[in-house]
Amino acid sequence: MSDHPSTYEPKTGVEKWLDQRLPIVRLAYDSFVDYPTPRNLNYWWTFGGILSVCLMIQIITGIILVMHYVPHVDMAFNSVERIMRDVNYGWLIRYVHANGASMFFFAVFVHMFRGLYYGSYKAPREVLWILGCIIFFLMIATAFMGYVLPWGQMSFHGAVVITNLIGAIPVIGGPILTWLQGGFAVDQPTLNRFFSLHYLLPFVIAGVVILHIWALHVTGQNNPAGVEIKSKEDTVPFTPYATVKDGLGIILFLMLFSVFVFFMPNALGHADNYIPANPLVTPAHIVPEWYMLPFYAILRAVPDKFLGVVAMFGAIAVIFVLPWLDTSKVRSMRYRPVMRWFFVIFVVVCLGLGWCGGQLPDDMVFSIGTSASGTPIGLNYVWLTRGLTLYYFAFFLIIMPWIGLKEDPLPVPASISEAILADHAKKKG
Amino acid sequence: MSAFMTKTLKALGLAAVAATLAVSAPAMASGGAAHPHAPKEGFSFEGPFGTFDQGQLQRGYKVFREVCSNCHSATLLSFRNLGQKGGPFYDEKYKNPNDNPYVKQIASEFEVPDIDTDTGDAITRPASTSDHFPKKFANEYAARASNGGALPPDLSVITKARHGGARYIYSLLTGFKNPPKGLHVAEGQHYNPYMAGALATQWSGDPHHVPVGGVLAMAPPLKDDLVTYDDGTKATTHQMAADVAAFLEWAGDPHATLRKKTGVAVLIYLLLFAGLTYAAYRKVWHGKH
Repeated sequence: MSDHPSTYEPKTGVEKWLDQRLPIVRLAYDSFVDYPTPRNLNYWWTFGGILSVCLMIQIITGIILVMHYVPHVDMAFNSVERIMRDVNYGWLIRYVHANGASMFFFAVFVHMFRGLYYGSYKAPREVLWILGCIIFFLMIATAFMGYVLPWGQMSFHGAVVITNLIGAIPVIGGPILTWLQGGFAVDQPTLNRFFSLHYLLPFVIAGVVILHIWALHVTGQNNPAGVEIKSKEDTVPFTPYATVKDGLGIILFLMLFSVFVFFMPNALGHADNYIPANPLVTPAHIVPEWYMLPFYAILRAVPDKFLGVVAMFGAIAVIFVLPWLDTSKVRSMRYRPVMRWFFVIFVVVCLGLGWCGGQLPDDMVFSIGTSASGTPIGLNYVWLTRGLTLYYFAFFLIIMPWIGLKEDPLPVPASISEAILADHAKKKG
Repeated sequence: MSAFMTKTLKALGLAAVAATLAVSAPAMASGGAAHPHAPKEGFSFEGPFGTFDQGQLQRGYKVFREVCSNCHSATLLSFRNLGQKGGPFYDEKYKNPNDNPYVKQIASEFEVPDIDTDTGDAITRPASTSDHFPKKFANEYAARASNGGALPPDLSVITKARHGGARYIYSLLTGFKNPPKGLHVAEGQHYNPYMAGALATQWSGDPHHVPVGGVLAMAPPLKDDLVTYDDGTKATTHQMAADVAAFLEWAGDPHATLRKKTGVAVLIYLLLFAGLTYAAYRKVWHGKH
């Protein structure tokens, strides 16, 4: 909170000397030790800390990988394998980095759904939310370019499919595509620039994360009750209360992470990416990594290629303007009896879109029989995807504004302390 | 209602973890091929505590050397890898695999290209332990010319590059069958239900029952007693297929055993750390909830 006065008192001579010149210890103390945290934060709030750990892990492992990786179309694949075989603990570093991307996205999805459920995007936290959206968008770009670097079959053909989306833009698409690929096809120049940007963007993300945390500390954290901090009774100091709770969340998360890294390191990847890239052989089934599947499904749901691209980017753009689409006076969906059911459906729809993104559009979800020529009759994935896509956009553009006006919210507690007392009473009764 | 919602949300949280796995799994489902399976006795290296059976790796190397390597390369593999800890010819006496006489002997059986530093001529010399397994053919065209137009894939990471890994290798090698009646298989091609493919255009039977699998240029490479195992194991087709699948699994991921062992230690450590942190959490938050 901006109006929270600094309580840092430099004790040693060195600290006093530094504090008068660059109060960096004061900044750290005020931000991560004495910072007042709402008392009622639940475990969904630990994902912010988890995400900072994810970013650090990716940057550290990434820097080490770059020491051994060769960004050349003829050598990239083998250099990645060399890392796994001959570099000391290279297998660990590379598997942590590859699975780390998946873990990062898993955590960011939870973090975003949490913000959505508890109304963390509502005034005065719009800028905080938008900064988060920018981080998410940068993460997608970074992850996509990172996936291209091993130069396997899925890397190469994924890069072809995704860069060609730009070509779908009328008139200017073609020249932009050539400029982006550095030629008339995905080749050495594409690999080189993706490598360069894949190294750059994580540091841009780190910069935006600092802004994100700054904005968070200006407005203060939201909390499950969705009411602002009113008094000292509502808060606990960040250390030790939030640190120990975040710490536990981070350790549990690292356990999930470890299960993938050590026991099923390739489960989240695609086998075709262990085949060196061959522009002349297209894989039977090009799919992105699991965390892109919902957006890939939306892309393929639209029959027109350009409009599909618009829909896919629209699906991300709509999250940016969310603060102005929600008309409700109440922040937390705890007190929104109607809206929370639409939220539950929304989560299921997002998982459903991810499911559909991994299937062939013409495959059947279920069939009720076959026609004389052997074609199955029933619901195929492309039509299921279209239904889910419709709900995805309707959730933001129709349900959010409309339910906010129509819904009768439950009584909201006057303060965080009151919310906690009410919870205690409910547990006892 | 609120308690129910909390439960629902918790369930959704768990569902998200499950979906992480579930959504990615079908994304990997290949076309209409039969599901690969392990040999009846199973693979010793599967599961979180599984390790390679060194005897099996040695037998598998023999099958690779005498059968597979006639057409297939494994260029990411170095000879010294064979003598590394966990490898087929690891010997405690030789911590440095380059000193291992068995590995030296194996390497010297191969000729690798080099340059004569006196004349500048291209020559070949016997391989040393630090060399990679040489390419079988000079280039892709030579490989295709010798194999009826088909390119035998490099086997270094084949178990990671195919759905099902070692199970796929085992199933493919033991799965060759006479094509079902109504399936047209071209000259030089062989039907195998475990091969990825789409056979609808080659199928003249009932369109509702297109056979699973595909065709490949490789003829069934194994038959009983094709190799003679040094340890006296009977070289049945199934035995050889299982052994070479295990060898290729090791070759594709030579640090798998170390990885799993490290994982067990890491998880025990994190579990203790979580317990300790939870105790600290209970103490710190006592009375604050």
